[in-house]
Amino acid sequence: MPELKTTFAGIESPNPFWLASAPPTDKAYNVNRAFEAGWGGVVWKTLGEDGPPIVNVNGPRYAALHGKDRSVIGFNNIELITDRPLQINLEEIAQVKKDWPDRGLVVSLMVPCTEEAWKAVLTRVEDTGADGVELNFGCPHGMSERGMGAAVGQVPEYVEMVTAWCKDFSELPVIVKLTPNVTSIRQPARAAQRGGADAVSLINTISSVMSVDLDTFSVVPTIDRNGTHGGYCGPAVKPIALHMVSDIARDPDCAGLPISAIGGISNWSDAAEFILLGAGNVQVCTAAMTHGFKIIDDMIDGLTRYLDARQIESVDQAIGKAVPSLTDWQYLNLNYTAKAQIDQDLCIQCGRCHIACEDASHQAISATRNGSRHYEIIEKECVGCNLCVTVCPVENCLTLRILDNEVDQRTNQMIRKDDKLNWTAHPNNPMAEPGK
Amino acid sequence: MDIIATATNGVPGIASGRLPEEDCRRNFCEMHSPLEPNSARVEAERCYFCFDAPCTQACPTEIDIPGFIRMIGNHNPVGAAGLILQENIMGGTCARACPVETLCEHTCVRNQPDDRPVSIGLLQRYAVDEAMDQNASFFIRGALSEKSVAVVGAGPAGLACAHRLAVLGHSVCIYEHRPKSGGLNEYGLAAYKMLDNFAQKEAEFITSIGGIEIEHGKLLGRDFHLRDIEDRHDAVFLSAGLGSTKTLGIPGEEVSGVEDAVDFISQIRQADQLSSLALGKRIVVIGGGMTAIDIAVQTRLLGAEDVTIVYRRGPQQMKASIEEQEFAKIRGVVIRYWGQPACIQHQDGRVTGVEFSPTDRDLHADGAGHFTIEADTVFRAIGQAPQLLNDDAEGFNLEGGRFVVDEERRTSRAGVWAGGDCIADGEDLTVSAVQDGKLAAISIDQFLSKSKAGEP
Repeated sequence: MPELKTTFAGIESPNPFWLASAPPTDKAYNVNRAFEAGWGGVVWKTLGEDGPPIVNVNGPRYAALHGKDRSVIGFNNIELITDRPLQINLEEIAQVKKDWPDRGLVVSLMVPCTEEAWKAVLTRVEDTGADGVELNFGCPHGMSERGMGAAVGQVPEYVEMVTAWCKDFSELPVIVKLTPNVTSIRQPARAAQRGGADAVSLINTISSVMSVDLDTFSVVPTIDRNGTHGGYCGPAVKPIALHMVSDIARDPDCAGLPISAIGGISNWSDAAEFILLGAGNVQVCTAAMTHGFKIIDDMIDGLTRYLDARQIESVDQAIGKAVPSLTDWQYLNLNYTAKAQIDQDLCIQCGRCHIACEDASHQAISATRNGSRHYEIIEKECVGCNLCVTVCPVENCLTLRILDNEVDQRTNQMIRKDDKLNWTAHPNNPMAEPGK
Repeated sequence: MDIIATATNGVPGIASGRLPEEDCRRNFCEMHSPLEPNSARVEAERCYFCFDAPCTQACPTEIDIPGFIRMIGNHNPVGAAGLILQENIMGGTCARACPVETLCEHTCVRNQPDDRPVSIGLLQRYAVDEAMDQNASFFIRGALSEKSVAVVGAGPAGLACAHRLAVLGHSVCIYEHRPKSGGLNEYGLAAYKMLDNFAQKEAEFITSIGGIEIEHGKLLGRDFHLRDIEDRHDAVFLSAGLGSTKTLGIPGEEVSGVEDAVDFISQIRQADQLSSLALGKRIVVIGGGMTAIDIAVQTRLLGAEDVTIVYRRGPQQMKASIEEQEFAKIRGVVIRYWGQPACIQHQDGRVTGVEFSPTDRDLHADGAGHFTIEADTVFRAIGQAPQLLNDDAEGFNLEGGRFVVDEERRTSRAGVWAGGDCIADGEDLTVSAVQDGKLAAISIDQFLSKSKAGEP
């Protein structure tokens, strides 16, 4: 069977599934339950500096974007870092690590941007026996207004500076958690690497306003008629996270920097996608918050079967396998020609493909034949855009066919698979370098 | 085992109270639970919003079904009801009584072996009920025309026609011989389909637009003649339904205990106490349409022990769909196919059973193989015949006693339109009757507008 055991930034865990720093990892009670359920590691909910504990709102702190079936598509929170005393957290961390020596236990940290503050907290964390620290440079609400969290993560110079302090003051592996609320994720990632980070983790939550109550004219979640922006996560953010993770994975300046992927990972296949795009392990939060810790069973089983079926012997071997497929638009093969095709035996004649193509694309699907309901591709109009495939409700009914040794009816050009041409050499590109 | 049954008028086998009232009420509660808001939205999400949707094409009133389903999904059930009622003012009854399995839901593209159609009927019901609960109003009368239209019969066709005419600004007088409005919605549909006095609520909703006057207790040919209302009004819409039920034409039919199904169905609908209805223990129903199913199922639900429908052809030919036949069988009704009644057996002037002769595909009754089913009551459910117009029949083109109409529901007599069960080629459905009324009203409006402009 494939090996799920991973060593991430020097931290060993029996599987690549960690719980992200969040409410499910706020105290020993939850973390013990998570480890009993089988999670490979946890990032303990962010600790702040010693002193009066953080205060949270006492009204609603979560809100969701629901599907029609009440499934949680997106999730948002306005909760701050841990509101429990530092000493209690540290004592619990020490005990949990003692009780679960084979699991990864990383402590998330967020303290003011001064050397003393970081030094003080790191020393105490090291004493717990925890496996590493994660620097919370990502939280977009509440703490960022106090100069912490995303306020640090959005300035690469700060990221580098604080990372370097942590590496100076501590022997522990340092994972830098990045905020997605930036223009380019590569800048803070490179800064973390320059500062000596052992790894980065991403994405933290995205700044968001969840919704507006149409009756009270207040934003949701509502605290006494007011609301505030929160952090958005859950399945809806997965494509954004995939982009950012892979953008770092393929950045030559970040070569060799391990990535812990976070963002809408709900099951084994989500996890596999992130691993294939360069993640060394994954962190989960929303799925555990909506379904409980037991989802780990399916994650472990599903990933094991996936790797086994493809004769991939370990998680390590899977890391980054899809990264080479990711390129810039200008390198896409413009001679690659697809046409939609409809399997008439599977077609249930709903006509969704027709109306989508008719109103929004290239008028390439006819709706009738001999006066009766029948949907067919008009190849001389079809640009292979995939819209019809996307809207078709029947799996495998509408698919794309790739042309080879065939004339494209739309352009009258002979298409051969081996004739490749990208934008850099395209005749329409004034900057083209012919022959390249 | 009818311990609680009490004999009625000393007639053997006939008794009321075969089941306690609360059991009757429980039996007559809805066959399909209405959708709750969230389940409605989840069901709405199943709709593929087809292009040129087959369900809309299958609906006799051409309701924009994907359109209203989309509105339900988007938390706008009242808007959905508006879209429904715009095409079908009896959307509430149709959602309860339409044979959706042979109409809209039959054509749903999700009607696949590994799938099921969208529950269009339940969604429509959810939207219309929600709107009626909120007392939403959707129609305002147009500018008054000073034209007046007579409508004969306050059933689905008549009410639909009157409503559309009122919307278009005309005044309407409906002549109805029964004490209540609604026609077969009130007197003919099975009680478990129309709980909570829905037909009356709907009739009130329809007439609340104003400009519609209903004169009850007025029967065409008895209390007034066609000529009278032609004189008083600018146009006439005939929607009086059908009259007497057909007879079997077999020996013994005149004895006590041989009854018309429609009469008893009407009694069930009008009963305050279901358990007070007197009925037989062994019941034979003759016929193959919805009326046969309705009387058979309802007598079972009232506590009759043996209920048998005998139909002269096979299940495929039966006018009641396969689903409706299943519905009855699940409720303990026996359906025997390929048999036609030969004679009523009786004793002391009361029915004791029916003798049937087997039939073949060409309905040839074979002499051999006769069978007899014992019965305390025999219900005829073999259809109704048109009312004879007598001296009012002049100028009408009739087919089997029913009016022949054109696409706009015009009869051959100038100034007279017709719709519902009284026209030839009618479909015997509430929804078709509503469409007749709607189309006739549009045609009448065009006719009246022209006459206003000085044309004949």
